[in-house]
Amino acid sequence: MAATIPAGTKWWSGGKSPFNVSYGKVMMWYFLMSDAFTFGAFLISYGTIRFSVNHWADPNQVFNSFPFAGHANLPLAFVSLMTFILIFSSVTMVLAVHEGHHMNRKGVEKYMLLTIIGGLGFLGCQAWEWTHLLTGEHVAMLNDGTLSVLPTTVKMNPWGDALSSSEMMAALQKTSHQQLVAIANTLHHGAEGAHHAVESLTNQELINQIASNSAFHATHTGPIAFGGYFFGITGFHGFHVFSGVIINIVMYIKTKLGHFDQRGHYEMIEKAGLYWHFVDLVWVFVFLCFYLV
Amino acid sequence: METQHFENPEITFQPDHSGGTGKIWKIFWVLSLLTIIELALGYFLYAKGESLGYATILATKCVIGILTLAKAYYIVSVFMHLGDEIRNFIMTIVVPLVLFVWFIIAFLADGTSWKNLRNTRGGSRPAEVEQVKAAPAEKSAH
Repeated sequence: MAATIPAGTKWWSGGKSPFNVSYGKVMMWYFLMSDAFTFGAFLISYGTIRFSVNHWADPNQVFNSFPFAGHANLPLAFVSLMTFILIFSSVTMVLAVHEGHHMNRKGVEKYMLLTIIGGLGFLGCQAWEWTHLLTGEHVAMLNDGTLSVLPTTVKMNPWGDALSSSEMMAALQKTSHQQLVAIANTLHHGAEGAHHAVESLTNQELINQIASNSAFHATHTGPIAFGGYFFGITGFHGFHVFSGVIINIVMYIKTKLGHFDQRGHYEMIEKAGLYWHFVDLVWVFVFLCFYLV
Repeated sequence: METQHFENPEITFQPDHSGGTGKIWKIFWVLSLLTIIELALGYFLYAKGESLGYATILATKCVIGILTLAKAYYIVSVFMHLGDEIRNFIMTIVVPLVLFVWFIIAFLADGTSWKNLRNTRGGSRPAEVEQVKAAPAEKSAH
């Protein structure tokens, strides 16, 4: 696949790139290599901690929702959407680079715009996913043996093993009135009248109501490191996507202003493309480590 | 229609850009297919996870990992055009990444060892063993 090199080329005699690649592109590659080590170190650190504990959060349990699908159990669905958005925006990016090689300004504009839209779509999905986790309501048993309604944050999460029914009954007995009301309210979502109705119930009535509801289940609290790693790594990746979108917008504007036509080549589109594909490349591994295995 | 096309002056010769978009779309379908297989395997682990043996789960996860490496290869080689660069340049990128082989093996092994210590209390010495040697009896000088 490597290009054929003209005979007599003096690669290392100065003035020419020894790799037949411009300085800017070489440096973009080396930056991306160092960034690969940064992401790699994060993911390996996550793997080390995950391997060091007996129980880790089950991704099919954590990531099982889809916008506008209510409480339907749809593991892998939303992350598939995110993955395909990013793969598709990678394709439009490489098509923009291709049009650039042929000095076709209109083509570059069209595909850059599609790439930007893909990037924004991905960021929108990630914003929804984070919001969903940070505002989620799941019942988990705290260290003091009482039940509480928990979201997924960097400090705590409800993704431990399920409680047995005897553990659950013991925990309900210890739980305060206020928390019992909060738990009962998670069981009838939205029904405004019901909120006032449960507050006037006694603890025992609340416990009977909660325990008899088939939708009720409670877990141990999950591994504390889960939230930090999840939000940290997907956040760092999302920040790369965000900066990639900004770079692509700058490239789109420069294309529209005809800067690359004046320069005689569209190499800047290639460099922005390298960064954008790298973002897709990292996502392939984030997808593997957090959602698939 | 090849318009006036200058390349960066550092470049000795023009790379060949005459190809169409056929290869790009082919790789798009390859990546999509690999992702769908990964998702199918992931769903298999989810649906049958309870009944599967440890070896089957590990093997399935390894297959998913290999498919991920294949996707990474196609993205880097075709979409990032690294496969079209000259060999020496490819090597300056790929050879340092070999460090990951040690990195992954060493740290995952460390995590596993940590778990074993946690489960066997191998990390802390039992109290009765932890004894301070009795101080030598003081010799009285004559």
